[in-house]
Amino acid sequence: MEAQAIFDTLKGKFGDAVVELQGEGFSPPFVVVAPAAVKEVSRFLKEDPDLSFDSLMCLSGADYKDKFAVAYHLYSMKHRHAIGLKAMLPRENPSLPTVDDVWPAANFQEREAYDLFGIGFEGSKDLRRILLPEDWEGHPLRKDYKYPDFYHGIKV
Amino acid sequence: MTHDPSHGKGGAGASAPTGASAALGPEAHVLVGNADLFVNWARKSSLWYLLFATACCGIELMQAGASRYDLDRFVNWARKSSLWYLLFATACCGIELMQAGASRYDLDRFGAVFRATPRQSDLMLVAGTITHKMADRVKRLYEQMPEPKYVIAMGSCANTGGPFYKDSYCVVKGVDLLIPVDVYIPGCPPRPEALIDGIMALQKIIMRKKNYGAKA
Repeated sequence: MEAQAIFDTLKGKFGDAVVELQGEGFSPPFVVVAPAAVKEVSRFLKEDPDLSFDSLMCLSGADYKDKFAVAYHLYSMKHRHAIGLKAMLPRENPSLPTVDDVWPAANFQEREAYDLFGIGFEGSKDLRRILLPEDWEGHPLRKDYKYPDFYHGIKV
Repeated sequence: MTHDPSHGKGGAGASAPTGASAALGPEAHVLVGNADLFVNWARKSSLWYLLFATACCGIELMQAGASRYDLDRFVNWARKSSLWYLLFATACCGIELMQAGASRYDLDRFGAVFRATPRQSDLMLVAGTITHKMADRVKRLYEQMPEPKYVIAMGSCANTGGPFYKDSYCVVKGVDLLIPVDVYIPGCPPRPEALIDGIMALQKIIMRKKNYGAKA
C-alpha cells in the first residue's frame, strides 16, 4: 500500500489525531500523529490485515531545538511496504505512551531514547538507562546538554 | 698509680684456675678460651648446608645463597618469559590482539598466553576504548590481578582517548587516568608487529627491575 493510502486510512480512522503526511525528502514518508494517539495508531497499523506492520525497524529520538520528536520506522513483512510514524513533543517534560506491548522490540530503543534524550515513555515495562551508567546526570544528545567536568573523580 | 703485687691475688676479679687449665699453668685459661673462640669461629664460618629445598622456602634459600644480581636476573627472566595477559578487549584493538595471539604472529613465542581471569594474569593489555561506565570495571580487574602486574595501553583510545579525545562525554581520555601504564603502543589500531614490539619493550623493562638488589 502506498504512503498516501496509508495516510488516508489512518486519517479516516483517527481523525484529528493524525496531523500530516511528510512525503518530500523522506523515505519512507512520515505520518505525523499526536503523541497521545501513538499507541492506538501503532496497534491499528500492526493488527489491521491490510497494513500489518509487524516489524518496528527503528525507533529514534530527535532534538529540533524547539521541540523533540520520536520517529518510528515500520515495515510489513507480509505486504512489503514501509511507513514512518512521527510524534512531535514539547520541549518541557517530553513524554508519550510506550509501544513496547505492540512491538516488544521497542523496549530497548525506547530506553535508548530515554537515556540520551530524556523522553519519557508512559506505561513502559522497564524504562531505565541502557547505555550510560545508572547514576549519570543529564541526557547527552540534547542540544543544550552541558558536559560534566568530572565523573567519579575522572576528568571527562 | 704504682704497681701493687697484692692486688693480683686479693682482687675480686682473680679466681683460682680449675680443671684442665689448672694443669696447664696459670695462663692456661687464656689459651683454652682462645681455642674455644677459634673452634667456634671456624665452625660458624663454614656452615655448609644441605641443598634441601622442597617448597617456596627454597626460593628464599636461593635468595640468601645467590648473589643478588644473579637472583634478580633469574627472577626477571622468569617473569618476562611468562607474561600471561588478561583477555580484555573492548574495541577493534581486540581484533588485532586476537591476530597477534593467533598462529601467524604467535604471541606464545614470548610466553604470552591469554588468560580469561585476572587472577591468573600478569599483564593487562588494555585493547580498546574505555568508557566511564567501564572505568570502574577496569580498576576492579586491575586490582584483582596478583603482583607483580604490568599494563600495556594498546592503541590510541587506551593511550589518550584517540578519536574520542575531543567532544566526547563518555570516553575516558586515556587509561592512565585509571591505572598505572608501563608501555604505550600507538596506532589505531596497532598492527600485531607493533603489539609485539610493545611486549618486547615491556620485557626489557622487566629485565631492568631490581627486586632483591635494591634491598642490599
